[in-house]
Amino acid sequence: MSRLSAKFEALKAEGRSAFVTFVTAGDPGYDASLAILKGLPGAGADIIELGMPFTDPSADGPAIDKAAQRALKAGGSMKNTLEMVRSFRVDDATTPIVLMGYFNPVYAYGIDRFVADATKAGVDGLIIVDLPPEEDEELRLPANAAGIDVIRLATPTSDDHRLGTVLSGASGFVYYVAVAGVTGGKSATTDDIAAAVKRIKAKTSLPVAVGFGIRTPEQAGSVASVADAAVVGSAIVQMIADGLDEEGNAKDGMVEQVLDFTRKLAEGVKSAQQEKGCC
Amino acid sequence: MSLNSYRTGPDEKGHFGKYGGRYVSETLMPLVHEVEQEYRKAIKDPEFLKELDYLNRVYIGRPSPLYYAERLTEHLGGAKIYFKREELNHTGAHKINHAIGQVLLAKRMGKTRVIAETGAGQHGVATATVAARFGLECTVFMGAVDIERQKPNVFRMKLLGAEVRPVTSGSATLKDAMNDALRDWVTNVHDTFYIIGTVAGPHPYPMMVRDFQSIIGRETREQIMAAEGRLPDSLVACVGGGSNAIGLFHPFLDDADVAMYAVEAAGHGVDTDKHAASITGGRAGVLHGNRTYLLQDEDGQIIEAHSISAGLDYPGIGPEHVWLHEQGRVNYVSATDDEALSAFQLCCKTEGIIPALESSHGLAHIIRMAPDLPKDHIIVLNLSGRGDKDIFTVAQALGQEI
Repeated sequence: MSRLSAKFEALKAEGRSAFVTFVTAGDPGYDASLAILKGLPGAGADIIELGMPFTDPSADGPAIDKAAQRALKAGGSMKNTLEMVRSFRVDDATTPIVLMGYFNPVYAYGIDRFVADATKAGVDGLIIVDLPPEEDEELRLPANAAGIDVIRLATPTSDDHRLGTVLSGASGFVYYVAVAGVTGGKSATTDDIAAAVKRIKAKTSLPVAVGFGIRTPEQAGSVASVADAAVVGSAIVQMIADGLDEEGNAKDGMVEQVLDFTRKLAEGVKSAQQEKGCC
Repeated sequence: MSLNSYRTGPDEKGHFGKYGGRYVSETLMPLVHEVEQEYRKAIKDPEFLKELDYLNRVYIGRPSPLYYAERLTEHLGGAKIYFKREELNHTGAHKINHAIGQVLLAKRMGKTRVIAETGAGQHGVATATVAARFGLECTVFMGAVDIERQKPNVFRMKLLGAEVRPVTSGSATLKDAMNDALRDWVTNVHDTFYIIGTVAGPHPYPMMVRDFQSIIGRETREQIMAAEGRLPDSLVACVGGGSNAIGLFHPFLDDADVAMYAVEAAGHGVDTDKHAASITGGRAGVLHGNRTYLLQDEDGQIIEAHSISAGLDYPGIGPEHVWLHEQGRVNYVSATDDEALSAFQLCCKTEGIIPALESSHGLAHIIRMAPDLPKDHIIVLNLSGRGDKDIFTVAQALGQEI
């Protein structure tokens, strides 16, 4: 069984939803980023999305855009991102890692080489935000063959017809983008999210994770009460930014502050009561 | 493999060979499909075509003349040179051709707001113009760096009622303006239409913008037949994203005897790290909704383009151009900042026409090729824009104070 399926099953047995965190690989530098990554499971992250930095993240808001630019400036690259996953796997065999980003760095690395190296490093899933179902076969087929899930995204603009396209070929889980917009922007209401999750779950047996606009333990908790997973990205990435001095170097205690904040978010998710029949 | 026609692309998913396509976030996909469906309906609707034709004539001032550049021809002493005078269009460049077409589509789709990205400001001005004409709200995204470099166009857009939003993300230039326009679009999908400024972006934009720009080539065909009784031997156009080049070339693609030269901006030279020649110096990748050739490093990170001409200063090119390049149908060559600057000055002095620095790249190639060609060899240059906007840049490059 894949790490993702195993994780969702284990949490189901516990009767709670998953807490998913996002950070950008190499932000603000390789060592600090690896320290955060290694600390995330202990701070309560059930699944980790690791951003592959790209110069032109056109689906992301300012927080994650700046994180990508910081990572690149500090020498971030696909090679380093995969190396980071490999180092993480030395101590952690169970926390799923989903690489998230844009297609060009993957394509430039070479799809076959990427799939081979990602598999070897211990990557479990991919979210490529500018690779819609119409274009994803060239990556999805070899990735799936290697046991890596390619996560599909559903959005508030997905009508029933579109949802059919999105779910056909989906694996791992479905990522519901809760608002039409970029990361770190507006928040959706819990009612809207609950309705959307219900609509998606009527058409698939895959778990549904919800992200975009979730930035407090309370919000994470309410989303966790109506979905299989709540994803927090920009708010965590902003904590990294807040922990840097004017030159962009990590101030003392930055890593601990990021992990403390993560712990609070995780508590929000873990204290949430799943609504009957939601998950 | 030889093709029956070079004019049948793209396929139904928007691919020109393996280029093009639709590489946008899932939130935008339903909208991108809707734009395509509405566009296909619109171009079969006589009312839509009638309004487009009317505006082309009385608002843009079409057809633009085909002009025999007699003194330049004499000066170079070889081929006979014609200019397709797109610089005489309303707003001073070919950009208005696709801005009018797209704003009519936006209106037809019931959108109340348009957005655009701009580098030099020409596409921004064209978009602000048509938005004013149709009473639509307009936001133009422009890199903070470009806003400093192009103050007159920024003020023009403001006069036309547009909001010019400074872009500070990434490197704060044209590619980042396009990123921010995409970010705005995804946030305002319900009321906003994105008027893209070149033959790039997700399908149907490369096809749609090409179709609106093809009026340049269709007119040129008729005009050269009237003037010379035959088709030209060579067509020349500058290429950044490639909208004016495809507009001139497309109606001639199946005329095997017509040679085509698309001139990329070589900046300080294509062997330096300061150029904007995506075909000569780039390789395949995915950015801004399409697969195409991009300036990028080994890791797939996008590299900033450089050209003296802000309108060519983009690290990518339209996907149909890449396909035409790989098919060998169009010759992709390049001209440096210095060559463009010389061509700019020569055109001013021999023809009394101040060309845009973009179009001066095309002219630079003609200066290289024309002298060795026979006098009955006919070349048509797409004089895609006027150079009034460039006088400050040129003065600075020549070390003169205005």
